[in-house]
Formats: sequence, structure tokens, C-alpha cells
Amino acid sequence: MMRLGLKFWLPLAAFAALLGLFAFQLTQPKSDFVESAMIGKPMPDFSLRAAVPVRPGLSSEDLRDGNPKLLNVFASWCVPCIAEAPQLAALERAGANIVGVAIRDRQQDLQVFLARHGNPFSRIGADDLSELQLAIGSAGVPETFVIDGEGVIRYQHIGDIRDSDVPMLLEKLREVAK
Amino acid sequence: MIGSFRHPRESGDPVGVERFARSPVRWVPAFAGMTILLSVLAAPIGAQDSLPPAPYAYRQLDDPEQEARAQQLMETLRCLACQSQSVADSDAPIAGDMRHQVRTRIAAGEEPEAIRAWMIERYGDYISYTPRMTASTWPLFVVPLFLLAALIFALTRRLGRKP
Repeated sequence: MMRLGLKFWLPLAAFAALLGLFAFQLTQPKSDFVESAMIGKPMPDFSLRAAVPVRPGLSSEDLRDGNPKLLNVFASWCVPCIAEAPQLAALERAGANIVGVAIRDRQQDLQVFLARHGNPFSRIGADDLSELQLAIGSAGVPETFVIDGEGVIRYQHIGDIRDSDVPMLLEKLREVAK
Repeated sequence: MIGSFRHPRESGDPVGVERFARSPVRWVPAFAGMTILLSVLAAPIGAQDSLPPAPYAYRQLDDPEQEARAQQLMETLRCLACQSQSVADSDAPIAGDMRHQVRTRIAAGEEPEAIRAWMIERYGDYISYTPRMTASTWPLFVVPLFLLAALIFALTRRLGRKP
């Protein structure tokens, strides 16, 4: 029998390794989430007018008042935002200070949305051109950011808040309060 | 009746009610009504948002040179809502808002590459279709050069051996 040397086995091993890499990567679940690259960075300077008369608007100054907050990017036209409304209410009951950023929304639509699904927000700023959304690296609605007392973005939750996310977000708020 | 055509006036159906009731055309108003009803019902789900597009989402800049630079940048920025399209291709509201931002910034004199860098700072490399050499992408640029060098080396050795 002919003896096969390194010249045969080495390229074959390299080829097998490449196939293995492809097989591994192809079986990994794909994530469609675009994560913000702003985690750990300060909130950019901004000032949004009040989206509804019953709550004040939102500016970067409000986020530097020493108290950690949840910043919820939402809209009245967003269906998953309805799904997360009870969880936001639970977070508020647990003592979280939640500020809202309403993306491309009309006042009358927002008022209907808040009347129907509750208003857990201490402030709601109107982001008519998605400017703040782009500035903080948010790719859609709903998203929830944990902001520490100095106005630094510390965590991003993409998608609607599920029941199991409520204690996790409360824990994040406690962590950044330290 | 089937296969024979009688003039409505002869059939004792002066306005054609009977003929209409038998023809497939009678479904048209029902379909139309259903379509309108369904589109109204679907509106809250299908609706992206309630505001009109941003001013420069669908409006070109007046200066053609600036517009060309904006267009070039928008074609190489990824739409966040529909991730295989560029911002220039997409009708998603967030893509419209990104076009507005690109156009207004270029009109204000900002360089396209500065705007791209701003986007990458917020969303990472994923937002840009133009490849960059980074800590994780450098092998993509280096390996082809290495293979080419290896090929030239092997060829020259093999060809050089022959008299």
C-alpha cells in the first residue's frame, strides 16, 4: 500500500477544519437584532418637546439628575408596545422611573394609546424624525435602555419586555444605582 | 338557458337583474366590499406610523453635487428595519428619517465619511456596507495576498527547475 505523507494529510485536515467551521456557523441561530454600540457611552445632548400635555418633555439634562431610569422607545402604532404595556406597568409599580420616547407619533394617537394601555411614564418626549433614536443606536420599537444617574447608557433591551425581563431590568437598575 | 343568449328585453328582465344575478360579475361588488373592509381592518397592523415622511426622506437636495454625495452614502448604509436593503432603497420610515439626516447633514457641509463614522459609532460596522479593516476582518484582506504570494513562489520554483 502506498504511504500517504504530510502533503496529503495536511491539506485534507485544513479542508475538514474549514468544513467544520462552515457547519458550525451555519447551524448557529441568526440574530436579526442590531445592537446599539452606545452602551457605556453618555447619552447625547438632546431636547424633545412634550409628546402629550399630561407629561413633560424629555431632555438629556433630565437623565443626569442622579437617579437611574428606564428609557422606553415606543410608539402608539407599534403592536409589540401594546404587549409590553403590562410589564412596563409592573416595573413602574416596583419603583422604576420610566421615561418615554415616542417615535413618529401624533398627540391624539398617543393619548388614545395611553388611555387604553396605561401611562407608566414620568416624561414623554416626541421624536418626530427618529433623531434621538438614531443618536442612541436604537434600531426599532420597542426598545428599553437602562440609563444611570449620570446619563450614561448602561444596557439595551431589544423588543418587547416579557414577564421574565421585569426582574432582570429591576436588577440592572439596582446595579447602576451603586 | 345555458348556452343561449336572450336579449334582456325579451326575457322579461328589462334591466338585466336576472342576467346579473347569474353572471360571475355579481361577485365583484362583494369582493370590492370585502377588500375595502379588510384593508380598513388591516390598517392598524399594517400602518408603520402616523406622521408624514421626514422633509428630506423623498426630496432631493437642490445642489446636484451634494445630492450625488448623499446618494452615494445612502446606498452604502444598511436599512435597520429591512436589513438586506440600503437606506436609499427602503421605504421604511426609519430609512426615510436616515435619508433626511444624511441629506440635511451634507447640506450643512458635513463630509459623507464623517456621517458614516457617526452611524458606525452608534450601530457598529453592521450599518455600513463598505468593508473596513478591523481586528476581526483583517484576515479577509491578508489571506488572498498570502495565497497569491504562495502561488507565485510555487510557480517560480516549479518553472525555474526546468532547463
